[in-house]
Amino acid sequence: MSAASATLPRAAMERSFSHTLTIYVKETKYEFLKLLRLPTYSVSIILFPVMFYVLFGLLLNRGKEADGVSVAAYLMASYGTFGVMGASLFAFGVGVAGERGLGWLQLKRATPMPPFAYFLAKTLVCMAFSFIIVLLLLTLGISFGGVHLAFAQAARLVATLVVGAGVFCAMGLAIGYFAGPTSAAAVVNLTYLPLSFASGLWIPVDMLPSFLQRVAPFLPPYHLGRLALGNVGVGRGGSSFEHWEALMGFAFICLGIARLGFQRDEGKSYG
Amino acid sequence: METLDAILNRPSRSIASASVARLSGVSKNFGAARALNNVDLEVCGGEVVAVLGPNGAGKTTAVKLLLGLASPSAGTVGVFGADPRTPLNRLRTGAMLQVGRVPETLQVQELINLFSSYYMKPLPIRETVGAAGLQGLEKRRFGVLSGGQKQRVLFALAICGDPDLLFLDEPTVGLDVEARRMLWDEIRRLVARGKTVLLTTHYLQEADALADRVVVINHGTVIAEGTPAEIKARTAGRQIRCVTRLPIATVCSFPGVMEVRSDRGAFVISATVAEPVLRELFRGDPEVSEIEVTSAGLEEAFLALTRDNESKEVQS
Repeated sequence: MSAASATLPRAAMERSFSHTLTIYVKETKYEFLKLLRLPTYSVSIILFPVMFYVLFGLLLNRGKEADGVSVAAYLMASYGTFGVMGASLFAFGVGVAGERGLGWLQLKRATPMPPFAYFLAKTLVCMAFSFIIVLLLLTLGISFGGVHLAFAQAARLVATLVVGAGVFCAMGLAIGYFAGPTSAAAVVNLTYLPLSFASGLWIPVDMLPSFLQRVAPFLPPYHLGRLALGNVGVGRGGSSFEHWEALMGFAFICLGIARLGFQRDEGKSYG
Repeated sequence: METLDAILNRPSRSIASASVARLSGVSKNFGAARALNNVDLEVCGGEVVAVLGPNGAGKTTAVKLLLGLASPSAGTVGVFGADPRTPLNRLRTGAMLQVGRVPETLQVQELINLFSSYYMKPLPIRETVGAAGLQGLEKRRFGVLSGGQKQRVLFALAICGDPDLLFLDEPTVGLDVEARRMLWDEIRRLVARGKTVLLTTHYLQEADALADRVVVINHGTVIAEGTPAEIKARTAGRQIRCVTRLPIATVCSFPGVMEVRSDRGAFVISATVAEPVLRELFRGDPEVSEIEVTSAGLEEAFLALTRDNESKEVQS
């Protein structure tokens, strides 16, 4: 029996394109459902930026200006950046650390799942949650904050942040490969919150203490923040190229770190 | 007394078939710790091999090497004559591992649906659900299941792709008696359909009930290998309990006696075969009484084997 099946024609074991596509679609669908049904993730990553925005952007600073635009417009972009960063860092950092550290990823690696499907599904799901967060902020800003954006501007803001989420997926992946399943959430919080503050996502950079103003350009969220703010009229005319460059560089460094962790896992067993 | 080597080098197997999975001279180190030490292990098509050993013996490491989830520090690993990580091997292999956390918000049927999608010719989901005894639980989320139910979901994920070769790492941990027997029946059904199974277990009765061949591992080394019957014969084949006036040294000198201990006024004699010992007993002490002859369980055999191994280690 096994001698016969050992010589199965190779073609019979090759996946068609539509089969591969089905795997990617299912992987993404279930990753999304998994996180959507997990309130500690889905509620908190959506609620925090929205709550902050309602409080500081719509209620407390009504009619004020920052960097030449209304606070409602400014914070819509910066809390949007804060939001997509959280969605990505928690899904990847905490998600990968737990699934890797407690054996689930190993079980999946023992199956014929294309490994890339696992990572791509997570990235797409982060982008989907990012899209939801940015769309909510945009709706609130336009409806209650008096923010005026042309459709093209709004679309560019959404696109910038959704694509930018990918950078923090890479950062989350690096954390996920080096943090333990129980410590990952703490590691994410300890990087996410200080980084957001120091990058000027909560209060504009030029209102930060002067030493933080000098540090900010070295922080990746600062660059995504500048790109997002560019879409609501802050710092108009500046080139966006250097910001994308910084983000790409950072993403590659994170992927390199994650790769080291992946290779380390090959020779080691967990659980 | 039959030597360990005689069992290890036994030329013919009850099921002569092609080797489908093999560890050859494999060692695996984790930092300074050596989990496996020069292990040879072979699984042939259509057989059930049980890897038996105490905690930390290296059973899980052996399974992970065969699944290509870890690379050997020395030696070679082959599955269907190739690297276990090849896509073809992944398609033909199913695995049940000890998983600390499964995504708890997904339903049983969603998990099975996802894993089934990875394979070329998966079983219909209904069939997988039935084989794992999960009827009625399809729409439950994994997080609300009991320990035994969770274990059965992991079994379902291992078999859903209808693989030719199954690795089951402690498959019945946490199952009650009924669920365990059901899983045994299911494993037997898989073997009847030509599947090959390697399982690790703490339940010695499980190895006895399922396996064509048992491989006993302790401290990362294979210490015995054979059919369950051979393993039993290898150690304490029969146990004789009796009350006699003969001195213990005399009883020890009887043919085939391996160990004698005194227990509440009686002797418990471990011997390869019972009859010669009984003849000597009657000859030496016509008034010998309360004779009971039992066959040693795999449990005793296992304990004796690991004890042997340890005492040898002390000497060396």
